[in-house]
Amino acid sequence: MSMLELRAVTKQYTANDLALNNVTLNIEGGEVVGLIGPSGAGKSTLIRCINRLTEPTKGSVTFQGRDLVGLSRRELRKARTSIGMIFQEYALIERLTVMENVLSGRLGYVPFWRSFLRKYPPQDVQRAYALLDRVGLLDHVNKRADALSGGQRQRVGIARALAQEPDLLLIDEPTAALDPRTARQIMRLISEICEERSLPAIINIHDVNLARQFVKRIVGLRHGEVVFDGLASELTPAVLTEIYGEEDWSKTIQKGGEEADAENEAA
Amino acid sequence: MTTAAYPTVWKKPPFIKSTYLRYSLWAAVLVYTFLALGSVEVNWSRVVEGADRGMRFVKAFVQPDFVSRWPNIWKGLVESLTMTLCSTVAGIILAIPFGLGAARNLVPGWVYIFCRAFIAVSRSFQEIIIAIICAAVFGFGTFAGFVTLTFATIGFLAKLIADEIEATNPHALTAMRATGASWWQQVNYAIQPQISPRTIGLCLYRLDINFRESAVIGVVGAGGIGATLNTAMDRYEYDSAAAILLIIIALVMVAEYFSGIIRKRIQ
Amino acid sequence: MSDTTSNYSDSWDRRSRAERLIRWVLWLVFVAVFIQSWRIMNEDTLWFFVEDAPRQFADISSRMWPIRWSYMDQLWKPLWDTINIATLGTALGVVIALPIAFLAASNTTPNAYIVRPIALFIIAASRSINSLIWALLLVMVLGPGLLAGIIAIALRSIGFVAKLTYEGIEEINKTQVAAVTATGASSVQVLDYAIIPQILPNFVSTAIFRWDINIRESTVLGMVGAGGIGLQLDASLATLAWPQVALIFIAILGTVVVSESISARVRKALI
Repeated sequence: MSMLELRAVTKQYTANDLALNNVTLNIEGGEVVGLIGPSGAGKSTLIRCINRLTEPTKGSVTFQGRDLVGLSRRELRKARTSIGMIFQEYALIERLTVMENVLSGRLGYVPFWRSFLRKYPPQDVQRAYALLDRVGLLDHVNKRADALSGGQRQRVGIARALAQEPDLLLIDEPTAALDPRTARQIMRLISEICEERSLPAIINIHDVNLARQFVKRIVGLRHGEVVFDGLASELTPAVLTEIYGEEDWSKTIQKGGEEADAENEAA
Repeated sequence: MTTAAYPTVWKKPPFIKSTYLRYSLWAAVLVYTFLALGSVEVNWSRVVEGADRGMRFVKAFVQPDFVSRWPNIWKGLVESLTMTLCSTVAGIILAIPFGLGAARNLVPGWVYIFCRAFIAVSRSFQEIIIAIICAAVFGFGTFAGFVTLTFATIGFLAKLIADEIEATNPHALTAMRATGASWWQQVNYAIQPQISPRTIGLCLYRLDINFRESAVIGVVGAGGIGATLNTAMDRYEYDSAAAILLIIIALVMVAEYFSGIIRKRIQ
Repeated sequence: MSDTTSNYSDSWDRRSRAERLIRWVLWLVFVAVFIQSWRIMNEDTLWFFVEDAPRQFADISSRMWPIRWSYMDQLWKPLWDTINIATLGTALGVVIALPIAFLAASNTTPNAYIVRPIALFIIAASRSINSLIWALLLVMVLGPGLLAGIIAIALRSIGFVAKLTYEGIEEINKTQVAAVTATGASSVQVLDYAIIPQILPNFVSTAIFRWDINIRESTVLGMVGAGGIGLQLDASLATLAWPQVALIFIAILGTVVVSESISARVRKALI
């Protein structure tokens, strides 16, 4: 049995808007999957259907042997505590401090009075410090989130997701708002962390080169349907045409390779 | 991951950093609250006595009487509505020169100071106070109410127009000056398009306010539905008073609904 | 140059003929309505009084002179009362307005068909009725005094603060809410972590703004017996003691100016 199984997941927003059409996908423990596709292909919807930030219209999402779609609100909250999520625009609470943002990853575990008084259990605080150290922000603990740069904010986002001690990470366009260099640093951090903890993850990513460089398994979505599921090395111009449409892909792939080489040299 | 080396407690940094200042502010707030509450004298036997009247008023709200004083109510309403319309129109027409005159980027210093002083006086005094003076000067009745509301409208709109003009993009004004346009042409081409949408919205908002105010200045003799309401209260005709209040609420809600639609259309 | 431009049309209009026609008709209707309103409004106006107004104004102004400064001794207490009415009334109103705002905002209301309309009606009713009318009603029930004034100010403030706050709640960033929800937080926790921090600055500045307005409003509540400097104003007007009236106006102006500068400073410090 796989860690996460999506069976015929369908999402229909309005009568003519079929965002996801019968998506079936298995993800094993420790596996990192890159989700690519043109904008509007349903990548974000798919990720949000897993933790039911968006309710799927049809289908089942089985996580660790339980179908999330049928859960009550209380059970869903409990299930969400073990699924970490990282967002495109960081989605930090900008007016709260970095520490509060990281601790907010523990909200599903602590009673309301603790979260309200900011009196988290000692091991939660300790873990939060350790995570902030891991993502390199130990000096910024008491800063407000809106005082940080984009890359730093995304690191807080990562720490918040990890504070949940998740069994699965859902990552929605983690680099879309970042410059190319920071984007690579963030992608590297995410893949290192997933490897360290053998944490399975689904990463939405629109940059094919980044996906090829950091992710082994790639799933291609087009018009809400899975049109490719295979290794990153199998992404040929023909496959990319299938996913994105007609374009001279040979240059993109080649150039991506060069860029990666150049960066490796620099590092 | 080993976390043992990290601290187990974290305290949110206080909003006011200096401990001394923080506690003295708290103390000041406490002392003020104590003193202010102490200055409130409540005559409980009077409250008990009045509770009965209060109940009668609440009952009157359930069974308002629109009929027996209808001629008076109707007259008051017509007065209020005509006062509202006339004073808003007159107020807008007069607010434009005062607004232009109070914009630092358009006029010489002495005009600016005169207009700002006029606006400050108009805004500082509650409509009721102005109404008292107007009733003394122009005689009791709607004309005094009209002058009151016009005066208040000028202060309200002229300040907002002036602030709006000062916040406009200065390049447009420079560009118009560069073409050799006259002062009026500059205002017409560079300022007016930039401030129109919001100003129209503000005028509609002021129409709402003027109607609400027209319902109250009658209490001091400046005509309108407020006079009718005051009479009803003096005669202990709570059911008629409740009817008047319900009509005011309904009209304000209708006016807000329509001004919302108009505002959406012009923006 | 002239030969090259002669091929083009020599007239340009921003609007088409039909559009211009409609605009003219609308303006005409508007002017007609205005003139008619003006006539109805002035049916009972005695123009004799209006023509006499400049003389009346000059007369009243001259009777205000010399201002009776010694009366100030009796004004300090009413001024203090006025400030207390505004401050305590604002505090009470703000405390009640916050939960109502959450009930009225479409994204936080527990029930969109029953609770939300009720909350919206409370807001509309509170906003439609001027604090002076609230005071009129409350003096009748509670008797004259500060308490009636405080509650009147609170009742009027609820609608104002709740309206601006619920509009703020409806405009919050949804991803931040999604992020907190995704951690498995309960709805109160989402409120505490994702929604309140986002609306707090807006809420605080609305409350301060309302306090500013309430200072002005509470200066007249005494006219109907609800305490504050309005009592003295009413008494002075009743006895035609214009030199005292003038001093009261000056005192009100001073209080308003000071309160405005205080609120501007507090707002800057907090946000």
